[in-house]
Amino acid sequence: MSGSKGLNRQQMADLAAEQFQNGWVVNLGVGIPTMCSNTDIGDTDIVYHSENGIIGYGQVAAEGTEDLNLVNAGGQNVTLKPGAAVVHHADSFGIIRGGHIDVTVMGAYQVSCGGDFANWKLKGQKGGGIGGAMDLAACAKRVFIILEHTTRDGSSRLMAACDLPVTARGVVKLVATNFGLFEPTGTGFLMHQIAPGLTVDQVRAATGAPLSVVDNLPVVRLAG
Amino acid sequence: MAARSKVVGGFREAVADIPDGSTIAFGGFAMPGTPFNLIRALLEQGAKRLTLVANSTGGAQQPRMPDIGMLVENGQVAKVICAFTAATRPTDPIPFTKYYEAGEVEAELVPQGTLAERMRAAGAGIPAFYTPTAVGTELAEGRETRVINGREYLLEYALPLDYAFIRAARADTFGNLRFHRAQRNFNPLMATAAKCTIVEVDEPILPAGGIDADDVHTSGLFVHRLVQVPPAPEGIWPAKRQERRK
Repeated sequence: MSGSKGLNRQQMADLAAEQFQNGWVVNLGVGIPTMCSNTDIGDTDIVYHSENGIIGYGQVAAEGTEDLNLVNAGGQNVTLKPGAAVVHHADSFGIIRGGHIDVTVMGAYQVSCGGDFANWKLKGQKGGGIGGAMDLAACAKRVFIILEHTTRDGSSRLMAACDLPVTARGVVKLVATNFGLFEPTGTGFLMHQIAPGLTVDQVRAATGAPLSVVDNLPVVRLAG
Repeated sequence: MAARSKVVGGFREAVADIPDGSTIAFGGFAMPGTPFNLIRALLEQGAKRLTLVANSTGGAQQPRMPDIGMLVENGQVAKVICAFTAATRPTDPIPFTKYYEAGEVEAELVPQGTLAERMRAAGAGIPAFYTPTAVGTELAEGRETRVINGREYLLEYALPLDYAFIRAARADTFGNLRFHRAQRNFNPLMATAAKCTIVEVDEPILPAGGIDADDVHTSGLFVHRLVQVPPAPEGIWPAKRQERRK
């Protein structure tokens, strides 16, 4: 989405990844969330889990060093960190349903201020693409969503209520967009950080639910 | 265990007797563990009115490898049970969607963890189970739920299979298997749920006992036919994915 205002895709992933706490087991979904494993979050004991049973993977493999039988949720060839393990799908989703994932990070079409989100089916579509999203959304301890703040035609993806079929209800804790970092509060969104070069009024105008702002609103600090 | 070897001569022979109307699961998540060679053999074998079970119908990544969407395009499929009937990204459509939307094939859309657990249950003698997944969504509408310890759960049924087509890194003639890295995914579960499991194997097949008992991922108990994948281009191997335009 070059040319859009605010943060680029990797910066949005970085913004979400910086919220991870030491020791968390983190599941990254397809798309921008997989880019969180590229974020330099210092010397922390974060364990990345992928739904296909990889526990403890690291960055995307360098050109020429790929193991074609080692992929993340997005099918990218990744590397293993020391201590990594591989399990089958039933055990991997046992980890998910059993509540052993501290946070799952997913992309979405829409997120509501009540913490609902929609990411599997478009309007009028027959069927959809669920993957592991419903298992993760229902069972991870926290759900973070990364998405573009607005659609291509400018309508907000942060809404009072989703009008697409939801993936799960009331589960989203944090939302990272190209405009900043937001928390669904039930009645609106609380902005925790704002992207450089944007004003609160611009963000408010682009948000489909009431927007409040933390005191001394921090500007997103960009890596490198 | 001096049982007869399960090694068969080729992919054509391995799938020759599969009847019309069979339920066949295909292992794999993205490329790892996907039985590309068995899919190609089934395309040539031509069995019809099949019910296919897989994580996805394929075709979302480039280069396109043999996938079950091709069996649909080939007119062999009545129904697909999977976690994706459409692409994750609407901008990257998958070939299956067109056939599904045109009503040429049925589909049952199942969350990925539920799909895995339904096959695990079938292989483990559990007829049904309750899961929190999909509660409150369109998928749960009109279906049986139950509140247990204050939380609502959805009833899901076991998914038994006639055949499982999977890929492994290593096998011995008894059918004991080892997978490499992300090859494992659904494959051990599908093997337990199927009446007949057919495995394409990366490495030369070892004599029975060639894999230490402690290192076996799937017991040969669940495996019926083994075929060693020949080197490319005769055999089909995972390819490096081409990144899509952003």
